[in-house]
Amino acid sequence: MGKVIVVTSGKGGVGKTTSSAALGAALAQNGEKVVVVDFDVGLRNLDLVMGAERRVVYDLVNVIQGEAKLTQALIRDKRVETLYLLPASQTRDKDNLTPEGVEKVIAALKSAFDWVICDSPAGIERGATLAMRHADIAIVVTNPEVSSVRDSDRIIGLLDSKTLKAENGERIEKHLLLTRYDANRAERGDMLKVDDVLEILSIPLLGIIPESMDVLRASNVGAPVTLADGRSAPALAYFEATRRLKGEDLPVTIPGEKRSFLGKIFGRKAA
Amino acid sequence: MKLFGFFSRGQSAPAARERLQVLLAHERASTGDIDLVNKLRDEILKAISKHMQVDDEKVSIKMERGAQVSTLAVDIEIPFDAGKKAA
Repeated sequence: MGKVIVVTSGKGGVGKTTSSAALGAALAQNGEKVVVVDFDVGLRNLDLVMGAERRVVYDLVNVIQGEAKLTQALIRDKRVETLYLLPASQTRDKDNLTPEGVEKVIAALKSAFDWVICDSPAGIERGATLAMRHADIAIVVTNPEVSSVRDSDRIIGLLDSKTLKAENGERIEKHLLLTRYDANRAERGDMLKVDDVLEILSIPLLGIIPESMDVLRASNVGAPVTLADGRSAPALAYFEATRRLKGEDLPVTIPGEKRSFLGKIFGRKAA
Repeated sequence: MKLFGFFSRGQSAPAARERLQVLLAHERASTGDIDLVNKLRDEILKAISKHMQVDDEKVSIKMERGAQVSTLAVDIEIPFDAGKKAA
């Protein structure tokens, strides 16, 4: 039986889709069988970030409505053969996602994959609650910024009350993934520090993804950041995060903590 | 109100941290109240329906938090023939 992960945040634009793609690819690059599911019905983007936008024929809603088989809707990645994508519908309304339909699809995916990664839409409405519903593990993606931290706090509350695990009196495993972190700005006192966010949200840290041009570069070419350049700072951070996800006790390093000589001279423009 | 100097701008992260801590303490308390009220509502209804039939929608439970005292107001409309169903 595979594990179901929800990548969620409440706030939009903090890096849920980027992180879903990168973590999914990183796990698959290590030989795990992974499917990444886009729950953002009406505003799908995971296909684009993963470079599969021209290969979408059927989607999650088609499967739920019985118009296509699950195997017809799954798209196998061209670079990593154990990585699959289940796209969301772009034209249908999110009301087409039914709790029963989602339950069936997740159950089928769980039996066929090691990891089922659900990329949640922003917000706290139906799409988001259905994406988290069957999760064993939640990854809360947060930027070191007030509105993102507040929304993450709200999402943590929902994870503790609206998921199946919570309703059955079990604890859902929650992890914080701090994205777009800039160690220099935090050091100068102009950005919340890792410890500030951890203290406020009080859930364990899965990883810190540094603010980096490599993330945009990867999405431009349609590759998860761990595949676009496996040695870039964000890729390394995602690889480390997947090792922690698999239970390894790995100390979290703060990326970009030390500034190079050139970096000191040219300020933020260098590196 | 602190005026920032021309050369040294004050740090803004401590303000972010403090504002969040105050806000979230408040928000967590109020969502906790909603959960509590829902739980109370369910249990009160269960207790009453052992003895008489009441309409779910005719039950209103409100909690108000004050600085010194909080109040819980329970308002239940009992139908005319409610007692007949007593099991």
